Amino acid sequence: MDSQNKEVITFLLLVILPIILFFASFLIGRYPISPVDVVKTILSPIFPQLKVSQTITTIVFEIRLPRIIAAFAVGSALALAGTSFQSIFKNPLVSPDLLGVSNGAGFGAALAIILSSSNFLIQILAFVFGIISVSITYLISRAYKAGGILVLVLSGVAISAFFNALISCIKFVADPQDKLPEIIYWLMGSLSSVTIDKLIMITIPFVVGIIILLLLRWQMNILAMGDEEAQSLGLNPTRIRLLIIAGCTLLTSAAVSISGIIGWIGLIIPHMARMIVGPDNRILIPASLSLGASFLLLVDNISRAVIPIEIPIGILTSVIGVPIFLYLLKRGYSEWS
Amino acid sequence: MSLFEVKNISFSYGEDLIFSDISFSIDKGDVLCILGPNGTGKTTLIKCLNGLNEADSGEILINGKNIQNLSFREISKSIGYIPQSHIPSFPFKVLDVVMMGRAPYLNLSSTPNEEDEEIALNALKVLSIDHLKDKEYTNLSGGERQLVFLARVIAQQPDVLILDEPTSHLDFGNQIKLLEIIQNLSEAGLSIIMSSHFPDHGFLASTKVAIMKDKKFIDIGKPDDVITEDNLSKAYNIDVNLIEHNNGRKVCIPLETDLKLDQDLFKKD
Repeated sequence: MDSQNKEVITFLLLVILPIILFFASFLIGRYPISPVDVVKTILSPIFPQLKVSQTITTIVFEIRLPRIIAAFAVGSALALAGTSFQSIFKNPLVSPDLLGVSNGAGFGAALAIILSSSNFLIQILAFVFGIISVSITYLISRAYKAGGILVLVLSGVAISAFFNALISCIKFVADPQDKLPEIIYWLMGSLSSVTIDKLIMITIPFVVGIIILLLLRWQMNILAMGDEEAQSLGLNPTRIRLLIIAGCTLLTSAAVSISGIIGWIGLIIPHMARMIVGPDNRILIPASLSLGASFLLLVDNISRAVIPIEIPIGILTSVIGVPIFLYLLKRGYSEWS
Repeated sequence: MSLFEVKNISFSYGEDLIFSDISFSIDKGDVLCILGPNGTGKTTLIKCLNGLNEADSGEILINGKNIQNLSFREISKSIGYIPQSHIPSFPFKVLDVVMMGRAPYLNLSSTPNEEDEEIALNALKVLSIDHLKDKEYTNLSGGERQLVFLARVIAQQPDVLILDEPTSHLDFGNQIKLLEIIQNLSEAGLSIIMSSHFPDHGFLASTKVAIMKDKKFIDIGKPDDVITEDNLSKAYNIDVNLIEHNNGRKVCIPLETDLKLDQDLFKKD
């Protein structure tokens, strides 16, 4: 493939694909809406002279739009956090839940479910415990001096397992008639209960997280060369890593708090993006943002459209993610040797 | 005032003293070669000099300023460093690796601009490796990769360059080429501190040689005064002959010892 062709394909995949998916996704769902109606409805707030029915307006703006935005936000957040973690931990097999964010958030959500089942509380506790678990992981690694990345990763494994045990505790005591299924369903990951309110609540952590990672994307390249080299090039590796972890944790916690635990995206999207644009984080970070958004929206459309009962999206991302992962492995991805 | 001055520094890991009371200074264009046997703490010393390790006592002054009072960024504007070994990372392009040398001059939220790219390209040209610029640095030979890191330091524009065993992963020919590059860089005004396993290297590019042994410098000075049969025997515990080649260059010949292993070692019944 010559370089000009490659640029065209990259542009189509990273710029045109999300735009097409965005509009196409309004067409999918139980109530059929024609493409013309979709365009008219979306433009109607700007051009009030366009006449559309109230039903269609409600479906487009209150049901389908929040869900499309949620898929974009969650997909891009997880992919971005995965790419950043892989860079700063110098390891292509790392995913965003490395430091315990998913199980922490899962515990927060499970706790909220047995306490009250209020959607607001579930989202808040999931977000807060996601951040708490990563903070504990980080503080433990700082308490053990001179351990560096290895201690950080291992304490992440420990804290993850700890919160997993707490989730099991809650499942054990939860009422098996209604609470237990709700917890299990939440942990599977789904975008079906997303509302505009939930989206508004994650706006700040989401935007702050993305800005941090976008600003530090070149420094991630240098950090990937190792701490000593980064320091001799004038960076403070500990401080920059902390900032990046903070950005990733804001993003992942925000994502998990509205969608539950959706696996595999944070692992495979960084690899796909790296295959398309290469390892330079200056381009890779925006590329994984776009690719993650498209991927989750596509999978969410499949989960809504293929069979009448909606499949939890976390199951689908795993079912689709594993073969993709194996395919990438077969391509003899040079980094994994 | 010297460009780079080390006064009575010592360092220990916990109770374990690595070296003490090391002092020296270098000026613009000097090349200091630190010789010594394995495990004497050359690498630890090198890492103190560029601020990666903090010395327990004594001072290290760059342009008259104590590096303990400087930020990593300020140190990196004056001191460049090439570590002994590098664990390959993601397959970045050579030009991107060299451009990382511009990091000391960019603030945390910016990325290199065209001027930085120009400086990086120029550094590649200086070392005649600009044809490698779009290659993945992870796929280069050891010699080429070392040149890429040198280009990165050139783009960094420090006053002092510190190299830890720069020739240790290079073949016979590349070792000499690298030493010649070091000599050229010093003639262009860069001061260089390097450690080496090979006493011969002290004669090749250095203006100063130090021999490290038993936690201190046993001698420091001009190569001809320091690299003597006597000093080398003390440092490496073997007898060494110094011979002058007919082009005037001295070479060190290590003499055989009377080491004898048990001859029955691999005997099979």
